[in-house]
Order: sequence, then C-alpha cells, then structure tokens
Amino acid sequence: MNGLPLATSFLQNQSFLDVLYIIAFGLFIQGLRGLSGPTTAVRGNRIAAVGMAIAVIATLLNRNEGNWGLIALGIAIGTAVGVPAARRVKMTAMPQMVALFNGVGGGAVFLISWSEFRRYGSTYGSHFVQVNSAFSAVNFHVGGVPTYVAIFSVFAAIVGSVSFWGSNIAFGKLQEIIPGRPISFGSAQQIVNLVLLVLALAAGVDLVAGAHSELLFIGMLVCAALLGNAVVLPIGGADMPVVISMLNAFTGLSAAATGIALNNPALIVAGMIVGASGSILTNLMATAMNRSIPAIIAGGFGGGGAVEGASGAGEHAGTVRSTSAADAAIQLAYANRVVIVPGYGMAVAQAQHAVRELTKELEKRGVEVSYAIHPVAGRMPGHMNVLLAEADVPYDQLKEMDEANPEFGRTDVSLVIGANDVTNPAAKNNPSSPIYGMPILEVSNSHSVIVIKRSMNPGFAGIENELYYEPETTMLFGDAKSAVSEITAELAQL
Amino acid sequence: MIIASTLTTNLAILVLAGFIGFVVISKVPNTLHTPLMSGTNAIHGIVLLGGLLIVGLSGNGTFNKVILVIAIAFGTINVVGGFLVTDRMLEMFKSKPKQGGGDAAGKGEHDGKGTGS
Repeated sequence: MNGLPLATSFLQNQSFLDVLYIIAFGLFIQGLRGLSGPTTAVRGNRIAAVGMAIAVIATLLNRNEGNWGLIALGIAIGTAVGVPAARRVKMTAMPQMVALFNGVGGGAVFLISWSEFRRYGSTYGSHFVQVNSAFSAVNFHVGGVPTYVAIFSVFAAIVGSVSFWGSNIAFGKLQEIIPGRPISFGSAQQIVNLVLLVLALAAGVDLVAGAHSELLFIGMLVCAALLGNAVVLPIGGADMPVVISMLNAFTGLSAAATGIALNNPALIVAGMIVGASGSILTNLMATAMNRSIPAIIAGGFGGGGAVEGASGAGEHAGTVRSTSAADAAIQLAYANRVVIVPGYGMAVAQAQHAVRELTKELEKRGVEVSYAIHPVAGRMPGHMNVLLAEADVPYDQLKEMDEANPEFGRTDVSLVIGANDVTNPAAKNNPSSPIYGMPILEVSNSHSVIVIKRSMNPGFAGIENELYYEPETTMLFGDAKSAVSEITAELAQL
Repeated sequence: MIIASTLTTNLAILVLAGFIGFVVISKVPNTLHTPLMSGTNAIHGIVLLGGLLIVGLSGNGTFNKVILVIAIAFGTINVVGGFLVTDRMLEMFKSKPKQGGGDAAGKGEHDGKGTGS
C-alpha cells in the first residue's frame, strides 16, 4: 500500500464526500444570510459561490467513471456562454438575464431526467413486487430503480420543462422580442392550460406505472413545454417579475426533486432552499402589486382591464398639459423639496447617471432631493435601487414606499421619470381598474408633479394613468435621459 | 427497508431545507430582492452536479451523452452566469454608501478589495 491509493480512497470516501456537501450547503445558507443586507451582500454571494465550487469539486472527486472529456466540454461551453453574457449584460437588462439563467437551469433539470429515463425508464414500474398490505406503498426492490425515484424524476422533468419554456418566454417578453402585451386564447385559456397540465400528468403517471415508452416521455416534455408557453404568454409585462420569481422557485423545486431521484443531499438542500425563498419572494411581489398568484397564472393582466383603460382615456383626452425643460428647471430650482420617482422608463433610457447629475445640481442650490422607490418599480423588485446605486446615488436618499408616501404632502415637486402604473391614482380611486388596490406612490399629494415620458402611450400594464390628467401635473415629453440632461443644462444657466 | 429509509431521510432533509430557506430569506429587505433572486437563481444551478454524476455511468448511448453535455453546459451557465451577474449587481451597492451609512459602507468596501471577481 503506497500513499496514492490511500489518498484516493480517502478522497472518495462517502463520508468525506458528505462532509464536503454539508460544508457546501452550510456556505449556501451563510451566503443567503449575507444577501439579506447591503453591507454583507457581496460577501454573501461569494460565500455561496465558494459553496458551489466545493460541491462541484466534491462531486468530481467522487466519480469513478470516465467521460471526463464530456464534462470538460460541457463546462467549457457553459463558461464560454455564461461568463461573457453575465459580464456584458446591461444593468437595465438584468431581469431578462435572470430569466434566461433560470431557464437554462430548468433545461438542465429536464435533460437530466430525460437521460435518467433513457437509462432506467425500462425498469419503471416493473422492478417491484407489490405486496397488498395495509401500507400500499410497501414494495420490494427487485431491480431497476425504486418507484419514488421514478416519481421524482418525472416530476422534475415536467417542472423543469415548464420552467425552461416559461423563462424563455419571460425573457422574450422583457427583451421585447415577443410583445409585452398579453397574448392568450381568451376564455379558452384556462381550459387549454388545464388540458396541457392533465396530459403532462397523465403521461407522467403512465410512465411511473411502467409505460416504458420514450415517445411518451417526449410527449410529456412537449406538453409541459406547451404549458410553460401557455402560462406565461398571456401574462402582461407588469406581472413579469412575479412570474420570473415563481419560475425561479419552480426550478429550485425541480432541482430538489432531481436530488431525491439521484439521492444527492446537496441538490436536495440547495434546490429546496431556492424553492422556499422563491416562493416567499413571489408572494411578496404579488402582495406589493395586490395581485393574487392564482389570478396571475389563471389569466393575463390585459383582458377586461385594457378595455376599461381605453374608454377612460377617451373621457380624459385633451386635459393634459405639457411643459418644457426650461419651465421644469425653474419649477425645480425654486422648490424646497423634490422627490424623484424613477421607473422603467429611466432604466431603458439609461438615464440614472443623468438623474444623478440633476440631483447634484439641485443640491448645489439647497434643494432637498430624495428618491421614492416603489417595490415593483421597473421590472423587478430592487431594480431601481440597483440602477441608482450604479449611478452613485447615496443609499440614504432612496426611500421605500412606506417611508416616501407620508412625505409627498410636504413635497414641492415630484419628478416622475418613466414610472407609470406605480403612480396611478386609479389604484386607489377606481374600483373597476385592474390595478385597483395595488399600493402606489401617492405622487398626486405633492404640490406639483412633472412627468417625463416618451408619449401618452399607456404603461406596461396597458392602463391609462389618471395622474397625467390632474391639474397639478405637467408632462415633459421626451426620452428620459435627454429630458433630464436638458433640465440639468437649463438649471446650470439659471 | 433500506429504500424506505433513504427516501424518508431525504424527505426530512427536504422539509428542513425548506424551513431554513423560509427563515433565512424572509429577512431580506426589498432593495435587495433583485440580487437575491439572482443569487438563489445561481444556487439552483447546483443541478449541474446531477449532470456530472450521471454522465459517466454505464448505459449511456451517444444521444444520452449529447443530452448530458447540454445539461452540464446549461447548469454551468446557470451557476457561473448567475453568480457573476449577482456580483456585478452587488458591486454597485458596495461602492455607493460613501456619504450614507458610515460603518456599513466601510465594511462593504473592505470585503470587496481582497477577493476581486
């Protein structure tokens, strides 16, 4: 016995592997805890990344089989695609990127399940001798894989496929490859969804029971894929953060299911933590928008809401007052307190740096400036904070909704930059509005409101904003970045 | 018997992990939700391990190998891209609070220096 085999056998010892896994998911938990505060978040993320590296190394150490070339190939492709994508993506495109990364995770899950089916599928349902006892689940393992493995594997395949396709559609919508407005089969939508779900489940049950047909497995994947499409396509862009978060949770759950099927604790723990956190996050977002998750999934935002919004627009038309950059600059210069309300329009125009410049100019003049951030401003919670942080806006100037709302009463000018639905008073006043009940930033309480917007087109939710027709509101039409820069230039000349 | 205990052990792990996820996450402030979603998103890339484990097992034909290489590539994109993107987002929070929260800012800046991304 020389040293090398001993070392090898020690490294490949199951207990050693388990210890590495335990360290890995300890680091995941520690990392997620770190992500809970702005000061510890960077470290938290890196701790989680170290945990992931340990989990990967542990898994590679414990492999006895060959095919290292294939592993190297897969990792090389993944790195070559993932690293530049993550490096180059603009901050404004983050939500799409998260959707896409989530999608490939779901893709990996269903591909692994498919591969497992190709190896073991022929033994599904046939390996046990059923014993008719009081416990119907008591089976004797004769060969192949236990039934529960088949169940979890099939579950992972369905959920992974839904998540993969759903995420891709979400990506397409946010990237505006696919129209952001809801696309649906109308009233038949729920029936279509239900039929697809039932078909996928029926195929899954048949497979677990021992159908031994790869064609059926593929059929199940296709049904799940169509379901993923059918669920996300009818959802309007405004609900997209909730959907991405939900799909994130789905992918986590499917990874956990894969973990049970492969008997791998690291997969179970990491997948389940993501499943739990994603569910909470989904719920938080839905609450912030006063939307119930079933309502979001069952039918799009568009439908009746958009029609009502359109009729509302007709009544109001003509009462909008537009302003110029010079007038806006004067208004702002003589204000004591200005609240900036950023939205997705600021993000698409990359206006955060221009906004920061404007803020500096105003502060030079002794104007008190803060930012009011709606929890779902932009396309994801925290989206605005990320962008404004990029532009070096001090953290203490960012006010969350609950903190900002009581302050509007003593605010001279609210400057709304590309935000729409989150300022719509219809959410408070108009019970027939589809966003009725959603908490909003009560911008209309301030003495005057300047809205920078490209046109009068309704926002992502497709609802007309009553704020624009109110007497204290003036509109400054134009691209957020150039409009803000113009105001700053005018201010400098005052 | 052995099968049942493996399953129940794994189910116990599953349930406990769910509780941990719930407790750890529910404390996160709104402002960090996007990075958090991105971070958890990277963590479920752990499914990569599944691909690594089964790619070498016997009974894999050519088509199976193709599927698994794609799965490993997908998993790698999820992990590597996810952590990098989260890091980029959080970098921005870090450099910012110069004027604001005193000790908080100092801590964050300190962390970033040594490691680099």
